Amino acid sequence: MTLFSPPKGPLIYRQTLTTRLAHWLWVVCLFFLLLSGLQIFMARPDLYIGVQSGFAFNNSVLSIGAEPAAGGIAGVTTLFGHRFDTTGWLGAVEAYGELRPQTFPSWMIIPGFRDLATGRVVHFFFAWGLVFTLLFWLLASLVNRHIRRDLAPTRDDIRGLRRDIADHLRLRLPHQRNYNVLQKFSYLGVLFVALPLMIATGLTMSPAFNAIAPWTLDLFGGRQTARTIHFVVMLALVGFVVVHVAMIILAGPINEMRSMITGWYRTDRDEA
Amino acid sequence: MTDKTFIMSRRRFLTGAAVAASSLPLSGCFDDVASRDSDIRGVLAAANSLTYRVQRQLLDTGALAPEYSASEIRQPQRPNGTVEPQDDDYTSLAGENFRTYRLAVAGLVDSPLSLSLDEIRAMPVRTQITRHDCVEGWSCIAKWTGTPLAGILKAAKVKPAARFVVFTCFDTMENGFDGPVRYYESIDLADANHAQTILAYGLNDASLPVANGAPLRVRVERQLGYKMAKYISGIVLTDTLAAYGDGFGSYWADRGYDWFAGI
Repeated sequence: MTLFSPPKGPLIYRQTLTTRLAHWLWVVCLFFLLLSGLQIFMARPDLYIGVQSGFAFNNSVLSIGAEPAAGGIAGVTTLFGHRFDTTGWLGAVEAYGELRPQTFPSWMIIPGFRDLATGRVVHFFFAWGLVFTLLFWLLASLVNRHIRRDLAPTRDDIRGLRRDIADHLRLRLPHQRNYNVLQKFSYLGVLFVALPLMIATGLTMSPAFNAIAPWTLDLFGGRQTARTIHFVVMLALVGFVVVHVAMIILAGPINEMRSMITGWYRTDRDEA
Repeated sequence: MTDKTFIMSRRRFLTGAAVAASSLPLSGCFDDVASRDSDIRGVLAAANSLTYRVQRQLLDTGALAPEYSASEIRQPQRPNGTVEPQDDDYTSLAGENFRTYRLAVAGLVDSPLSLSLDEIRAMPVRTQITRHDCVEGWSCIAKWTGTPLAGILKAAKVKPAARFVVFTCFDTMENGFDGPVRYYESIDLADANHAQTILAYGLNDASLPVANGAPLRVRVERQLGYKMAKYISGIVLTDTLAAYGDGFGSYWADRGYDWFAGI
């Protein structure tokens, strides 16, 4: 029942077609949204708090840039007024065999060179893709009761929360039909908090949408704060994906991948 | 290409979405999408037509962009793009403080106009404190004073066939094969007749500085900064954008940026 003993119980049908389809559409959308989003950010690699960007005053919380340094340039990242040397990673990166002033390394952006126009085209295409997929999943999961049956935490879940955290810390990952409570919380957090926040803060950056729904500006504390939240939630989503993939690998990548491709999942013997 | 670029069916969008999603990751090299000739880019760019159509549906009511209080003006309006045109016709006009400047309104109109700055200043005045959003990502709040474009269009008696307002500009951006390429922009009539769309000649209670587009720049408050052409030399009403630049409707649209910049 643990990480090091592969499940020997029966195969069960765990993921419906709609869940699997939505999952892989999200993978594609989020991949392109991330890399094109970083491209867009490079056009103004600064984050501010407030309505506008301070040029005659300072309301910046993050700033990535390049500065002249001995024998070339250095990448400098300023976070809440603290300066960090990030040469090679942020601000000044290796490209075409030399250190160049560029916010992110080329492998982190689409296209792999500075091109705001194309980054925007890619970003907005997959933004629509994300919205359509989320709506499709929401509708299907209400109809087939995926949300209520699989995602909503039960009273027992809440009672067992402490034990589930301890199990995760010991990397004891049982293979069961039902998600464990930490899984439920993280999936609910992504689907009902992070992704809607991304869409809402993204729309709040749109001057046309501001005319349609000016209250979103008040909700997020101004356009530049919305842009900062968009960036921070992006970091949270990247963190989720890192943990998510790590858990797949720890829990048995073949069984976990099979369940998200074919729907069939092998459970531990003692549950059957 | 013409304005037909912006018209596409939902089914074509969805089909394209599937094609793009399946072929892009396989190509292994996403840089192809940067090319204007790439088929994939054409599909991806269609999402902007969807954005345009959806936002036009939602903006049908003429909803106003947010306006701010005077206390939000905390810095000079940040100039961007051209800040000092070197073109001879412009520098000679600027040298005499635009005394002989005339704004030509032509194309699909019944009464073409030629207006001096004094005549434009004598027209109805609108002042608004708005947020300027640059496509790069920054925002800046300033107070703009000018005359609503709708009034000028009304005086020129726009023909029913007209669909776009094209702004021609003084500033040369680059030298192309056919000579200098000057900035130009275009908006649809919904934006042109919007209450906040003004030909601005004043900024933060002073006359519009050269760096910000003197003598006239357009404010299109529900779109990004590059739509708000500076150094306007003339206005043309047209039913097609094919005759201008590469036919995408603006200097930056010709260079891969979306023609509709509401997002």
